[in-house]
Amino acid sequence: MPDDILLKMKNITKDFYGNQVLTGVNMELKRGHILGLVGENGAGKSTLMNILFGSTVIKETGGFTGEIELDGKICNFESPFDALDAGVGMVHQEFMLIPGFQAAENIMLNRELTQRNFWVDVFGERLSSLKNEEMIKRAQKAIDTVGVDLDAKTLVSEMPVAHKQFTEIAREIDREATKLLILDEPTAVLTESEAEIMLSVVRRLADMGISVIFISHRLKEIMQICNELVVLRDGKLVKEVPTNETNPEKISEWMVGREIGGGPAREAPVKQTEEMETVLKVRNLWVDMPGERVINVDLDIKKGEIFGIGGLAGQGKLGIPNGIMGLYPAGGKVEFQGKKIKLNNPRFALDSGMAFVSEDRRDVGLLLEEPIDWNISFTVMQTQEKYLKKILGGLIKWRDDKAIAKLAQEYIDLLEIRCTSSKQLAKELSGGNQQKVCLAKAFAVRPDLLFVSEPTRGIDVGAKQLVLDTLHEYNEKYGITIIVCSSELEELRSISDRVAIVSEGRIAGILSPTAPLKEFGALMLEA
Amino acid sequence: MSILKSKDNKIARFFINNAVPILFILFAVFAIPMADLSIEYLVAEMITRLARYSFLVLALLIPVIAGMGMNFGIVLGAMAGQVGLIFVMDWGVMGVPAFFLAIIISMPLAVFLGWMAGIALNHAKGREMVTSYILGFFINGVYQLLVLYSMGSIIPINNSKIVLPRGYGIRNAIDLVNLRKSVDRLIPLEINGIEIPVMTFILVAILCVFIVWFRKTKLGQDMRAVGQNMEVARNAGIPVERTRILAIVISTVLACIGQIIFLQNIGTMNTYNSHEQIGMFSIAALLVGGASVAKASIKNAFVGIILFHIMFVVAPRAGKTLMGEAQIGEYFRVFVSYAIIAIALALHAWRKNKEAEFARRSLRVDTEEAAGTSE
Repeated sequence: MPDDILLKMKNITKDFYGNQVLTGVNMELKRGHILGLVGENGAGKSTLMNILFGSTVIKETGGFTGEIELDGKICNFESPFDALDAGVGMVHQEFMLIPGFQAAENIMLNRELTQRNFWVDVFGERLSSLKNEEMIKRAQKAIDTVGVDLDAKTLVSEMPVAHKQFTEIAREIDREATKLLILDEPTAVLTESEAEIMLSVVRRLADMGISVIFISHRLKEIMQICNELVVLRDGKLVKEVPTNETNPEKISEWMVGREIGGGPAREAPVKQTEEMETVLKVRNLWVDMPGERVINVDLDIKKGEIFGIGGLAGQGKLGIPNGIMGLYPAGGKVEFQGKKIKLNNPRFALDSGMAFVSEDRRDVGLLLEEPIDWNISFTVMQTQEKYLKKILGGLIKWRDDKAIAKLAQEYIDLLEIRCTSSKQLAKELSGGNQQKVCLAKAFAVRPDLLFVSEPTRGIDVGAKQLVLDTLHEYNEKYGITIIVCSSELEELRSISDRVAIVSEGRIAGILSPTAPLKEFGALMLEA
Repeated sequence: MSILKSKDNKIARFFINNAVPILFILFAVFAIPMADLSIEYLVAEMITRLARYSFLVLALLIPVIAGMGMNFGIVLGAMAGQVGLIFVMDWGVMGVPAFFLAIIISMPLAVFLGWMAGIALNHAKGREMVTSYILGFFINGVYQLLVLYSMGSIIPINNSKIVLPRGYGIRNAIDLVNLRKSVDRLIPLEINGIEIPVMTFILVAILCVFIVWFRKTKLGQDMRAVGQNMEVARNAGIPVERTRILAIVISTVLACIGQIIFLQNIGTMNTYNSHEQIGMFSIAALLVGGASVAKASIKNAFVGIILFHIMFVVAPRAGKTLMGEAQIGEYFRVFVSYAIIAIALALHAWRKNKEAEFARRSLRVDTEEAAGTSE
């Protein structure tokens, strides 16, 4: 081949109605190479990939400037179908699979092998018969090329997540034209061992001569399989380097654009919890939360501590608060302040003085279409009947808008929520500020115990610290017991007094935050 | 212990999946002895009704595959079929040729109505059933305008037997003397004094073969894909809107043929009423057969017609025995068909929840029990 370069992107610039999201991005990708694409949320990764994949969003918002050269030809994709024809495949984070179809049917979707029959001449191509046997054979071949153990006749709805992902990849591979594959956070939903298989699959594809753009937040994976990596920050390409000339510290430095300190910034002393009074007693808890199943958990939470719950994604750490707060079917015994908590009853949990900041900000945590002040006052209004004016001796309850606005303003100032006013709609806020609104909503209830789930997921570094500081402050000032669940161990170690590690739906162990990192690692991987 | 549990689950699951048909079988077991009808009579009735309704009920299956639920819009096809019959009656065509001529005349109209309904339903995704229901009322108005005012005035109709005495508009009841049972009796067969409409059953069989074959075509596969997830199908390049329109067009055309079969069996056409309840009765029958809004099979259609019409035949007699008045049963069978649709829709939602729960039951561990054994 005369030119080893498969893809050249030259001076890619894109704005959304005057909001510059990509500025002069230049990058190259060699045939059979894996390119890691990293950057914080909002750095422009997805916009860049949407441009490359010809997404209609880009055209609808005024197109882009710059040039894309694939295999020596200048490309201008009008739609994803053009991109597919040119040999660009993409595996999205949300699966594009039909649940009631077999793997084979999904792999061959709209590219079915067909046979002409009499009716085709009368009514057209779409009445041709399907060649099921051959389709299954061909799909199985694609799956085998991917190198995983999966029967082409398996229904997608009965597959584990990893197999769904492999099915998607097999579909892209089966298009013979595919030269370039974009994988958008393929390992985010996988378990450790599944992720390993995934990485070896990607490696194998590259060895077959397919170039891969691999988007991931896990630097370890990037270091492990990528030939080069590209760092995006604020829509600009800050670095394009071969992976072997760099290390994770440097990469994170490029990503955030500033030096980050070595370990977690632990300022407060660790509380000695042995002597403290138990406030929440959990025995034999099971929770049926899809993807975060809890099998059997015993816990004793002490009054006034910050208790961290960590562990790998999907092991069940998120199931614990969701189960106790009654959001998912649960069983077992839970006692709070000596009182038995009725499970599967969110109202009961709230009335008992517990509050929950959900990991699912957009669906559970916030009323997106409502203003900030309503969001903050909503739970307290519902459960404690505060901020209500009572008319006719309580027969009619009227919202006290003034008091609500005052309450909201108080929290906006306290938590530095960046917004135009307390009347701004929740959906218009950035992730970090939305999270602060969620916290304010929970604080407004003045709970005795607060569950916080993934408090810093999807928010930027500056906001992260502020959220953690806020939690710490509330714990100190008001003595609220806080249980934090997080996938980020460093974060847990920086604020908790004790850290429990959950593995396969059970507590693997409880450690002091000052315990060496490798002890945490051992507990996580114990199973 | 666990084996016993899973067995329980299987039995419970069977009942959940077949709640509606089981309810109706129970009804039949209870009501048939009460009605005091001979078995021969019941069998003859069932054969007649299978011949009469099968085509119409089967016409509902394809929109279900395409994820559009029960197509109340089959009344559109029924109206088209009736327009065809009016012309055939006017021209005085006789017998089986009249039957086929009626189909040929009405088919373009059915395609057009189906296409229009399809476009409308594409604008009401997720609310297809109620939209098609209301659409039926709307087109009924257009049909009345056409038949009551245009026929005989703008559109020439000369047969005085079918035109109102005032000179335009079609009479309320038309005696389909030309083609009464012409298809049913094309191949005469009688067993134990019960007349078997062989040719009609052959037509129904052809339709069944067509449906089975159709599911295995590219278009059928596309419809299944669209029915399960429109977004994924669209992303794979399947023309979602067009596929949905085709599903409704096919259904409307089949309903048009179905209505002509239905009327040649009955022998009289109530110009302004015959089509009205077709949608509801067909859908009720299909649901009684164990179909749901998301899943319906040929088996559901036949089981449903039999069970539903056992109720139809038996209820008035049972009512008479029970209350001394046939009217009670008459009233009973009408309100029951509405009730069935309402119950089936509610049961559909309930069943969906139950299924999700079953799917996850194995994941729930009885920790109390586990604690009991370990402590």
